[in-house]
Amino acid sequence: MTSEWPLWEVFIRSQHGLAHKHAGSLHAPDAEMAVRNARDVYTRRNEGVSIWVVRSSDVVASSPGDREALFDPAQSKVYRHPTFFPMPDEVKHI
Amino acid sequence: MYAQMVDTGLKQVAEATGMSPEESAFQARVDADVKVEPKDWMPEAYRRTLVRQIQQHAHSEIVGMLPEGNWVTRAPSLKRKAILMAKIQDEGGHGLYLYSAAETLGVSRDNLIDDLHAGRSKYSSIFNYPTLNWADIGAIGWLVDGAAIMNQIPLCRCSYGPYARAMVRICKEESFHQRQGFDIMLAMCRGTPEQKAMAQDSLDRWWWPSLMMFGPSDAESVHSAQSMRWKIKLLSNDELRQRFVDQTVPQAEFLGLRVPDPELRWNDERGHYDVGTIDWKEFQDVLRGHGPCNRDRIRTRTKAWEDGEWVREAAVAHARKRAERAARAAA
Amino acid sequence: MTPSDRFDFLLRMGDSTLVLAQRLSEWVGKGPVIEEDIALTNVGLDLIGQARMWLSYAGEVEARGRDEDALAFRRDAHEFRNALLVEQPNGDYAETMARQFLFDHWHLLALKAMERSRDERVAAIAAKSSKEVAYHVERSTDWVIRLGDGTDVSHRRMQDAVDGLWMFAGELFLPDAVDAAAREAGVGPDLAALAAPWRSAVGAALAEATLTMPGDDWAQRGGRQGRHTEHLGHLLTEMQFLQRAYPDAKW
Repeated sequence: MTSEWPLWEVFIRSQHGLAHKHAGSLHAPDAEMAVRNARDVYTRRNEGVSIWVVRSSDVVASSPGDREALFDPAQSKVYRHPTFFPMPDEVKHI
Repeated sequence: MYAQMVDTGLKQVAEATGMSPEESAFQARVDADVKVEPKDWMPEAYRRTLVRQIQQHAHSEIVGMLPEGNWVTRAPSLKRKAILMAKIQDEGGHGLYLYSAAETLGVSRDNLIDDLHAGRSKYSSIFNYPTLNWADIGAIGWLVDGAAIMNQIPLCRCSYGPYARAMVRICKEESFHQRQGFDIMLAMCRGTPEQKAMAQDSLDRWWWPSLMMFGPSDAESVHSAQSMRWKIKLLSNDELRQRFVDQTVPQAEFLGLRVPDPELRWNDERGHYDVGTIDWKEFQDVLRGHGPCNRDRIRTRTKAWEDGEWVREAAVAHARKRAERAARAAA
Repeated sequence: MTPSDRFDFLLRMGDSTLVLAQRLSEWVGKGPVIEEDIALTNVGLDLIGQARMWLSYAGEVEARGRDEDALAFRRDAHEFRNALLVEQPNGDYAETMARQFLFDHWHLLALKAMERSRDERVAAIAAKSSKEVAYHVERSTDWVIRLGDGTDVSHRRMQDAVDGLWMFAGELFLPDAVDAAAREAGVGPDLAALAAPWRSAVGAALAEATLTMPGDDWAQRGGRQGRHTEHLGHLLTEMQFLQRAYPDAKW
C-alpha cells in the first residue's frame, strides 16, 4: 500500500507558559500538512496556541526493559524533595 | 457495544498456574492498575484482542458518521446543521484517535480499513439501522451516544495506556453529543403533533436496537471474563444495559414518549427497571449482515475509500517531489 | 445605498457562503482520508457560521421579520443571490478543491476590502471571517498544488476541474448596479479592482501546480442576480425539505 501517509506524533501547547504536550497522532504526507491536519484534528475546541509534529518513526523511546535501571535509582533520593526536611511550625515562609 | 462480542481467541480464562513468568508479571501489573504501554511485553492474545476491540470501536465511529450524514444536508435550521456537522466531525476525530491507538500495537490504519471493507472486522450493528426522519438524529444522540458513553467512561480506566487516553479525549468531546440529541427530541416533543409523532416513531425504532448495543448477556462468556481480567472490559453487558435503561426511561417520560416495551416496569425490590425479552435473533441477523443498511454502509465506505485513492497517492507523490527538490537545493 | 440594495448585497455574501457550506456538508463522512474529512468539515463550519451572520443582518436590514432560517429555507432559487461557482456540484476531490480555491481567493480579497466598510456590521463580519478564510485559501491552494503537481492522474483531474469551473469565476468580478451602490456607499468592495490581484494569486498557484491557466475568459453570469444553473434548485430542494414540508414546526 504505497498511498498510506506516514504517521506523525502531535504535540500541542495549550496556553502561553505551558510546555507542549503529546495530544495524539495522525497521518499526513509531509510535515506541512501534518501541522495543518493537527490544527484541524486536535485544536477544534480551542485547545492550542502552538503545534509541533514529529514523524513517529523519528521518536526514540526508552526501553521498558531498562525501566528499573533508569528510574528506580531516583526513588531512593528522597532528600531531593522538600518534604524530606521537617520544619518547626514557628518557621514561616520556607 | 461499539465493540461487540470481541473474541479473545482463548478457550478459557488464563489462570495463574498455567502462566509463564512474563504473563504472571504482566497480569500482576494489570491487577495493580499499572498501565500497559506500547513497548511493554504483553501476551499475544491480549495484543490481538485489543487490536480487534479498538478497531471495531474505530470502525463504529467512522461508519457511524453515515446514518447522521444522511440528514446533514437536510437539517432543519442553520444552527442544527452546524451542530450536526460538528458532531459528525467529532465522530471522525474519535475514529482517528482510536485507529491511532490501534496503530501503537503494530498494525497499519490502511490494513484495519481493509479489514472493515472486506468484512473481516465488525462495527456496531446499531449503525445498520436507517435514519428515516429528523427525530432519528435526536434519537441517535440521546440513545446511541448515551449507550456508548455508558461503555466508554469505564474504558477511560482500561489497562492499555493509548486506548485509555483516547477514551479520555473522546469522553470529553462526547459529552455534548448526547445533550444535543436530547435537545432535538425535546424540541420535537414540544412541537407540532407531526413532530411528536416523528419522535415517537423514532423511539419505537431505536429503543430495542439501543438495548442490543450492549450485546447479549456475557455472564457465561469466556471472552468477556478474560477481557475483564485484562481490564479492557470493565463492566458486564447486563450491568451496562441496566444502567442505561434506568437512566433513559425517566428521560423518555419527561419527553412524554412511550417506551415500546409493554413489560417495562420499575422493580422496587431490585431498585431497577425490568425490561421485556430482547429479540436476540434480530441482533444475530443484523450481525450476520441482514440488517436494513449493512450493505449500503460498507458500500458507501468502500466507495469513499476507493474514490480517495488517487488523492492519497497524489499527496504522497507530491510530498516526494518536494523532498527531492529540497534535497537537490541543499546539495 | 437603499435598504433594498443593502439587503441584496448582504444576501450575495450570505447565500454564497451558505450554498458552499451546503455543498461541503455533502462530503461529510466520505472524504478521501479521515484527516481530510475533518479538515474540510471545519471549512464548512466556518462558512455556515459566516452565512448565519450575513443572513441575520440581511433580515434585520430588510425589516420584514425574516431571520436567518426564514431566508435560508423559505426562498426559492430565483431569490438566491449566490455566485454560480459555489452551487456547482462537488464532482471529484479535484473539482471540490478547484471550486474552493477559485472562490477562496476571491472571498479573501473581498473580505479584506470590507474590513474597511463604512457599515460597521459589515466590517465586523468581514474581520471575523477573513481570519477563517485566510486559512481556507492556504488549504485549497495547497491542494491545488499537490494535486496539480502530484501524479499524472491527479494532474489531469485538476486541470479538468480548473478548466470546467473557470467560466463560473468571472462573474465574481463583474459589478452590477447593486455592487456599484455598495461600492459608492463605502459598504462593499470594488469588485472590478479585485480581478487583478485575484488573477495574480491564482496564476502563481496554478504555475506552481504545473497547471495551465485557461485562456478563455468568457464568464457565465447571473447567479448574483438570481439566475442560476440547474444545480441550485436541487440543492435547495434537499436543504429546505423539512421547513417546506412542515411550515409550522420549530426545530
